[in-house]
Amino acid sequence: MGEAATNAPRVGLFVTCLVDFFRPEVGFATVNLLESAGCHVDVPEAQTCCGQPAYNSGDLDDTRAIARQVIETFSAYDYVVVPSGSCAGQLHKYPELFAEDDDWHRRARDLVGRTWELLSFLTDVLAIDPPETPARGCFTYHDSCSGLRQLGIHGQPRQLLAGSPDIELREMDDSTVCCGFGGTFCVKYPEISERMVDEKIRNITATGADTLLGGDLGCLMNIAGRLQRQGKPVAVRHAAEVLAGQLDTPPIGARETD
Amino acid sequence: MAVRQADFRARAQAALQDDNLRDALDKAKGGFVDKRASAILDLPGFETLRERGRQIKDHTLAHLDTYLETFEQNVERNGGQVHYAADAEAAREAVLAICRDASARQVIKAKTMAGEEVGLNEALEHEFETVESDLGEYIIQLAEEPPSHIIAPAVHKTRAEITALFDRHHHQREGGPLRETPDLVDEARGVLRQKFLGADIGISGANFLIAETGSIALVTNEGNADLSTSLPRVHIAIAGIEKLVPGLEEASSMLRLLARSATGQQITAYTTFITGARREADPDGPEEFHLVLLDNGRSRMLGDEFREMLRCIRCGACMNHCPVYSAIGGHAYGWVYPGPMGAVLTPMFQGLDKSRDLPNACTLNGRCQSVCPVKIRLPMLIRRLRDHEFEQRLTPTGTRWALQAWAWLARRPRLYQLATRSAGTVLRTLGKGRARRVPLAGAWTAARDLPLPSAGGTFQQRWRAARTSRGEQA
Repeated sequence: MGEAATNAPRVGLFVTCLVDFFRPEVGFATVNLLESAGCHVDVPEAQTCCGQPAYNSGDLDDTRAIARQVIETFSAYDYVVVPSGSCAGQLHKYPELFAEDDDWHRRARDLVGRTWELLSFLTDVLAIDPPETPARGCFTYHDSCSGLRQLGIHGQPRQLLAGSPDIELREMDDSTVCCGFGGTFCVKYPEISERMVDEKIRNITATGADTLLGGDLGCLMNIAGRLQRQGKPVAVRHAAEVLAGQLDTPPIGARETD
Repeated sequence: MAVRQADFRARAQAALQDDNLRDALDKAKGGFVDKRASAILDLPGFETLRERGRQIKDHTLAHLDTYLETFEQNVERNGGQVHYAADAEAAREAVLAICRDASARQVIKAKTMAGEEVGLNEALEHEFETVESDLGEYIIQLAEEPPSHIIAPAVHKTRAEITALFDRHHHQREGGPLRETPDLVDEARGVLRQKFLGADIGISGANFLIAETGSIALVTNEGNADLSTSLPRVHIAIAGIEKLVPGLEEASSMLRLLARSATGQQITAYTTFITGARREADPDGPEEFHLVLLDNGRSRMLGDEFREMLRCIRCGACMNHCPVYSAIGGHAYGWVYPGPMGAVLTPMFQGLDKSRDLPNACTLNGRCQSVCPVKIRLPMLIRRLRDHEFEQRLTPTGTRWALQAWAWLARRPRLYQLATRSAGTVLRTLGKGRARRVPLAGAWTAARDLPLPSAGGTFQQRWRAARTSRGEQA
């Protein structure tokens, strides 16, 4: 990890609860990409979750309490970067929680102005050259819904992956259709979710790609878990892992022996 | 009709196991989505038109009282009669009273979702021979089923099922050979032609109500609405009060949006404007024209945070693009309005307590909003209904507890980190890389493996360990 210059942008990494718990590699890949681009990265200790499960279940009091904590924790950074469109999107929704509280509303809007999803931050703010990575193979990309429709992330990951000469990107049909994860949806309505992820997998396998990439760990765990249950040999990784050239750890849910 | 809310889950489950339904939905999904996409490619200004559509509807809703008054005056000037119906029962009674006054025996109906909403057929069938003239509606009337899609009511039916229905009802036979679509259409047309000629009353909906002229606009691809509204002695139209637009100019913008969004057409095969009953010089048309204006909860929505749902023009694009609807079809939603629009309207019209699954059976993926011709923020409205469920304690107790326990922990970072570290250690003992069975995660592992946390601890744990070893402050 390189030392950033003193005038380097100070980035607070919001690692997300899923990455923190299930796939720290995505967090390290994120740090690696940000530091390579000249950022000073910090991981404030007081972070936990963005509050999305509470928000999407109608528990607004708890969502507000968590939002205040996130706003406080990340108040000192030039940017807040999140390796997830869904969680970054949740931070972008904070102002509407404080419609009747001017001070917190202002602070929430201030946070929104500084908060970016990782891949779009690399292209749209830092304008980095697409990294040349040693990754090779045939890849396909799933566009997660919040990143796509709330934050407008579609071209950015593809632009970044284009820097690696040995990556062939094959677009699947309906890459922008929901994979059936939907946060708590997948455990509240598991059978409907299963049909949806099967549809996604049909489109993934039809491309013949050996690796599926995406920018949101929830969707990727859902798809990987179903692929593995079906015994389909498609590897699943967060795009940050590939862009950081961090390919030595097994793909999501894979065993060393796979 | 009454809401069959009791068991969304059971109906969804049955739908997922119905192979015929799956075939029908697959076909329909591809058709609607692709046709809409190509119709929009042909109209570069579509986004501008969507914004205009939103503005027209918002403007009309903001001045609905004035436009309703203008509309009513113009309908009456044209010799028609307006009947206000506060709720479903009032709407049924209004229609029945008109039919009785006309000493009617036979009623022919064109498709009307407002009619479905108030359960018009069940009410009419007690007293009058009532026949649906839209092919899809006719099919589900024979099958005694509610519609499963708002513009393609029999979208869930396969050709084999329709062959069997027609054989049973038209020929009193079973097990005949599978018939071709044109043959089935011809047969229905033959049967329906006699019904058109014999009907005393024609009932239709209205796609738009035009205030400045007192006209109604109707779109179909079968021409059945034109026959239903011109051959019988009496024409009754039923429509929600939100169908108003100020004038013909606005109606034409809305029609351009509707056809493209609904069926991917530039214009439907029949687009008809009806202004009052037959005038002296007219060669044909009904002697009487009645318009039943339905409130049924709409004016309440005007005053609350769900007002924008009243922009809905019933095109069906939201359900055509909804991956949940594509998985389970329309009947699972339990009432006449399925898909994302139904997930908002059913709780509005029938009560959240009777439809509490609907706002939850949604991944909030936002595809519906991105195709809505009047830009209704459906995911936001659906999520807002969850706030109401939480406030009204309709959220299941287990879910509430789990949420609040999680939130309690999330507000205590040190404890949270301790808990996640320990949980990670426990989970890693379940296997290498992934697990097929995980205690308390049965809903996940029923169909998926669970990727297990990587070795070495949580990100926070490893990050701080690495920083300490680099001699920096952790």
